[in-house]
Amino acid sequence: MSVSVETRDVSITFGAGPAAVRVLPGVSFSVSPGECFGLVGESGSGKSTVLRCISMLTDIWTGDILIDGKSVRAMPLIERCRMVQMVFQDPYGSLHPRQSVRTVLNEPLAIHKLGNREERMRKAITDVGLPLSFLDRFPHQLSGGQRQRVAIARALILEPSLLLLDEPTSALDVSVQAEILNLLQRLREERGFTYIMVTHDLAVVDHMCDRFAVMLHGEITEVLPRDAIPANGATHPYARELIGASLEYENAH
Amino acid sequence: MEKPILEVDNLRIRYGGASTEAVRGVTFTLGRERLGIVGESGSGKSTVGRALLRLLPGATITADTLRFGDRELLTLSEREMLKVRGRHMSMILQDPKFSLNPIRRVGDQVAETYLRHFRCSKTEARDKALAMLEAVKIRDPKRVYQQYPHEISGGMGQRVMIAMMLLADPDLVIADEPTSALDVTVRLQVLNILDGLVRDRGIGLIMISHDLNLVRNFCDRVLIMYAGRVVETLAARDLDRAEHPYTRGLLAAQPKIGGGRAPLAVLDRQPEWLEEKA
Repeated sequence: MSVSVETRDVSITFGAGPAAVRVLPGVSFSVSPGECFGLVGESGSGKSTVLRCISMLTDIWTGDILIDGKSVRAMPLIERCRMVQMVFQDPYGSLHPRQSVRTVLNEPLAIHKLGNREERMRKAITDVGLPLSFLDRFPHQLSGGQRQRVAIARALILEPSLLLLDEPTSALDVSVQAEILNLLQRLREERGFTYIMVTHDLAVVDHMCDRFAVMLHGEITEVLPRDAIPANGATHPYARELIGASLEYENAH
Repeated sequence: MEKPILEVDNLRIRYGGASTEAVRGVTFTLGRERLGIVGESGSGKSTVGRALLRLLPGATITADTLRFGDRELLTLSEREMLKVRGRHMSMILQDPKFSLNPIRRVGDQVAETYLRHFRCSKTEARDKALAMLEAVKIRDPKRVYQQYPHEISGGMGQRVMIAMMLLADPDLVIADEPTSALDVTVRLQVLNILDGLVRDRGIGLIMISHDLNLVRNFCDRVLIMYAGRVVETLAARDLDRAEHPYTRGLLAAQPKIGGGRAPLAVLDRQPEWLEEKA
């Protein structure tokens, strides 16, 4: 089951009157069902904030965010969480150190009053390529890559349609990054997920995404297809600079 | 051949209370060149860098030779080490947010290096610091001198760190992931500045990184570390012709722009990599 996502003029303003600061001055983009959409840009450009708006972790925004035509604001919490899940950047910070993998995976099932818990947990942990014995481990007994797999399993266990990925591999080594990217790619092929992925690495965008948006100071400067990367087909000066720097970094010999 | 700056033979490091050694018999020499050390997290690359500056309290460091210029580093007293650190050998850390003192003006922090190691007046140190800030291409050194770390960007912070570390004109600079915290667009800028200064002044550079592209572009020679050992040593331009399966695995695991969408190669770790020697 794939869903589309549309954001229309999403913005966040702090303060009021003349002192008001607009930190996200109107973000609009749409993602088709089953697409992998990338968000790139420098740190502080608002990439992660957009994900936090879509997932309602930040709810002070104005504008519209529609998932399959339904406003996320109008969706009840329970329904929204079944539909949208998020994987965070740092697997060392996103898992509770005193909770076993079993506890981590059980919690969403308990909240959503789902049956067959043991079976669902087993399926989730197998789906991310970990052995069943890992259910009884604690985060400190897992490597960075294994932790990120657990974080992905936690997101998958509610069978969402939209996964928000906030730099899912930037804390990991290339060898482990390859495993996680392969896993995400395989899950998308099997389940038809829609992904929105924040990253700063254009090689990852090229590998995973169909289209991507380049952000600067909270604004989307340009939405580009993946093919625009190798030949640097961007028109906005910042997007050109970003792609140019990435190409130079990768190829300068 | 001119005398190497640094000679390391059979370096072994064991952290206090650890059952195994974090670094197991690393051997290399460094001339006036740029040496990259790459490997995954936990491979011992940063530990090697810190051991050279003797910044590992509680760890046991042994080596057949650990010679830096004319000094045998392991026999120096802590007092003598203080004269080496920052003056002859210095280190650039990963994130300027955490390595600059948040409550002191950045310029004063740079000038401190000079005040500590040379007999000079405060004005002299200040002038030296300003000149160095200019050398790292900070546009308005006088203004930036007066600013606090939170007022400058990450890229500028890292340039301030470089200025601080090169001010005393050391023989060896160890850069531990100097640009991992920076954006791609700023990263190249900072690396080019570091590269230019190191070459102009004939400073030996050890670049510790997990990023193969970075060492390929900014180093002459590369050591590849796995589980505390050097598994392969290569000229940076020959990185694509690496022979060790671990190095080849790391290269293949990297997604490349225009590289197609086939699943990425995954590292198939072999137990014998732990024991064999380069």
